[in-house]
Amino acid sequence: MSDCCITNVVLLDPAAATSRPGSLLVLNGRIADLGTITPPENIPIFDGQGATLCPGLVDLRCRLGEPGFEYRETIASAAQAASSGGITTLCPLPDSKPAIDDPALVHLLRARGAATGSVTILPYAALTRACRGDDMAELFLLHEAGAVAFTDGAHATANARLLRLALSYAKSFGGRIVQFPQEPTLAAGGCATEGELATRLGLPAIPAAAESIQVARDIALAKLTGGALHFSCVSTAAAIGLIRDAKRSGLPITADTAPPYFDLNETAIGDYRTYAKLSPPLRADTDRQAIAAALADGTIDAIVSDHTPLDADDKRLPFAQAGAGGTGLATLLGVTLAQYHNGNISLPQAIALLTNGPARVMNLQAGTLARGAAADLLLFHPDRIWQVQAGKLAGKSQNTPFDGRALEGTVVATFKAGHRVFASLSWG
Amino acid sequence: MHPPDITQLLDLAESYALLNRSGKAPRDLLRGRTVINLFFEDSTRTRTSFELAGKRLGADVINMSVSASAVNKGETLLDTATTLNAMNCDLLVVRHDQSGAPALLAQKVDACVINAGDGTHEHPTQALLDALTIRRHKGGLEALTIAICGDIAHSRVARSNILLLLTLGARVHLIGPPTLMPAGIEALGVQVFHSMEEGLPGCDIVMMLRLQKERMARGLVPSAREYFRRYGLDHTRLALARPDALVLHPGPMNRGVEIDSAVADDPHRSLIREQVEMGVAVRMAVLDTLARRQTRNV
Repeated sequence: MSDCCITNVVLLDPAAATSRPGSLLVLNGRIADLGTITPPENIPIFDGQGATLCPGLVDLRCRLGEPGFEYRETIASAAQAASSGGITTLCPLPDSKPAIDDPALVHLLRARGAATGSVTILPYAALTRACRGDDMAELFLLHEAGAVAFTDGAHATANARLLRLALSYAKSFGGRIVQFPQEPTLAAGGCATEGELATRLGLPAIPAAAESIQVARDIALAKLTGGALHFSCVSTAAAIGLIRDAKRSGLPITADTAPPYFDLNETAIGDYRTYAKLSPPLRADTDRQAIAAALADGTIDAIVSDHTPLDADDKRLPFAQAGAGGTGLATLLGVTLAQYHNGNISLPQAIALLTNGPARVMNLQAGTLARGAAADLLLFHPDRIWQVQAGKLAGKSQNTPFDGRALEGTVVATFKAGHRVFASLSWG
Repeated sequence: MHPPDITQLLDLAESYALLNRSGKAPRDLLRGRTVINLFFEDSTRTRTSFELAGKRLGADVINMSVSASAVNKGETLLDTATTLNAMNCDLLVVRHDQSGAPALLAQKVDACVINAGDGTHEHPTQALLDALTIRRHKGGLEALTIAICGDIAHSRVARSNILLLLTLGARVHLIGPPTLMPAGIEALGVQVFHSMEEGLPGCDIVMMLRLQKERMARGLVPSAREYFRRYGLDHTRLALARPDALVLHPGPMNRGVEIDSAVADDPHRSLIREQVEMGVAVRMAVLDTLARRQTRNV
């Protein structure tokens, strides 16, 4: 059934930044034609009933639980959550157990993704062996095996010399380094953003400057080496300012953020709500506003889910001891669309930040409605309302920081290579 | 808590203080009630104080010290809560090294939870006993200027005192090195000073905090002797405050680090001994008040 025609939809092509009514024809799992077309005979037809059709979402930062933390999430459960959220491409972080620091593990994850039939898994590889930050991993072999870029995941690369070498070495074969910008010595032991709230709650805190210090240093290293560098989960105004300037000066710098950083602020952790304990920690509202502005002005290239599944026991602990991170696959679209509904960005902009934006950062063949591209598609209603309910979301772990939140934007159906891999109850 | 509730609690504590002195505490008030002292962190003073308070009111008091090893064996705070629920205790006094742990426990246990100090968050009964001690000597808290000196960043005593003293109308000066001053603390309505010479003038009360040796190891203070040179309270420094200024310390003291023995033991200036006495009275008042409110249908 990799041939089909999806009719009666609004086609939203993020590359063209336009939307128009029409249909889309899939042949052999690829986009054959779109626009005002007459479907060929004897082909399954899905009536989109006026919903919007865009490329399947591309998520540049998530954790799948496998390998090593299968009690939190498995590739199968993460794939289900992704499909329910309209995501068709996942780039999991390599700081799993074991870390993805061997070409065989890259092959394994890509194959496991293909086996789901519903998501493409394009794993990151470790920048250093076991993501320990000491010795550079076999970057070229990992690149050859299909690693999308190199990172130590939640660990910022502290050693400046090592990062310099990695940036210049990876540049020789077009590799990209992804940095989690948090200066480790300033962040050590912290679990909330430094300020009045953390002081009141008596929580060990991380100054917002821990992020901008790391960003400033790494921009200098990118300048020194000419290497391509991507900052992930940027959350502060100061860091955004530095990245904006670096991009303007023509450096190969890109950046992403995750929905909590433009939708929530630090007050969400009030009364020790561990589901809102994230890394980096939620920030002051001025920082949140700066992140939202950076979505609008293009400083941020992509919005990532930063999906971090944790089970109830990881979270039902005193705040400082609880695990950091929230699930994000099922809510990525809805929380991003809130920025469209509040007038900060246009609908094509919102979708671009989830599709061709991330695809362009990592040079992926995804996130496009171009003819000949894989028919990875998302059919959604931008305006229909639903409520996030922890415990009822797809996926094994339910630690969403958005519990109880009403969101506009429902997924009607998700297609992977022309196969329908998710359909909402109200459709088809 | 609102000022009238606090005043009521302090009045009750005051009456218990007098009864304690005369040896006539009502030994049947909490008869049949069970108080569990659940201490995840070492404490002699606070635990003993709660134990004595419970026993003077006739409650059955049980001390449970949960050692770090039991926690390391994998028993979580919530496993402990389940165990306690099964034991049907009425009042649970909790000390924990993590901020917010008693609040988490309170969500899961049937008993009434009293925070006996959590991490660097709060230590409410300490603030109450400090307020009572001050009130006994100054008549009230309103319009007093109170200096809290030392390691504010790691002090739950400081946080609870700031909240309580400001609520009761006092002015609060915080004095300590910048490395031990938490970010954004001014927003609570206090004035911050980095030297005793600037912060002490005009103060009616000087409250010293304990400086743990660990702070030196972590590089927050270069050495104990340097700390004493800048922030230690001796009679010369105390003379900077008002002539009738009195000295408090939550204990245990590090003599020669944050406070000079000559000040600590000065019967005319130091209220440290009385703080301990008031501690028992305040905890009796807290246990009594909460037990009365309890509407448990067993």
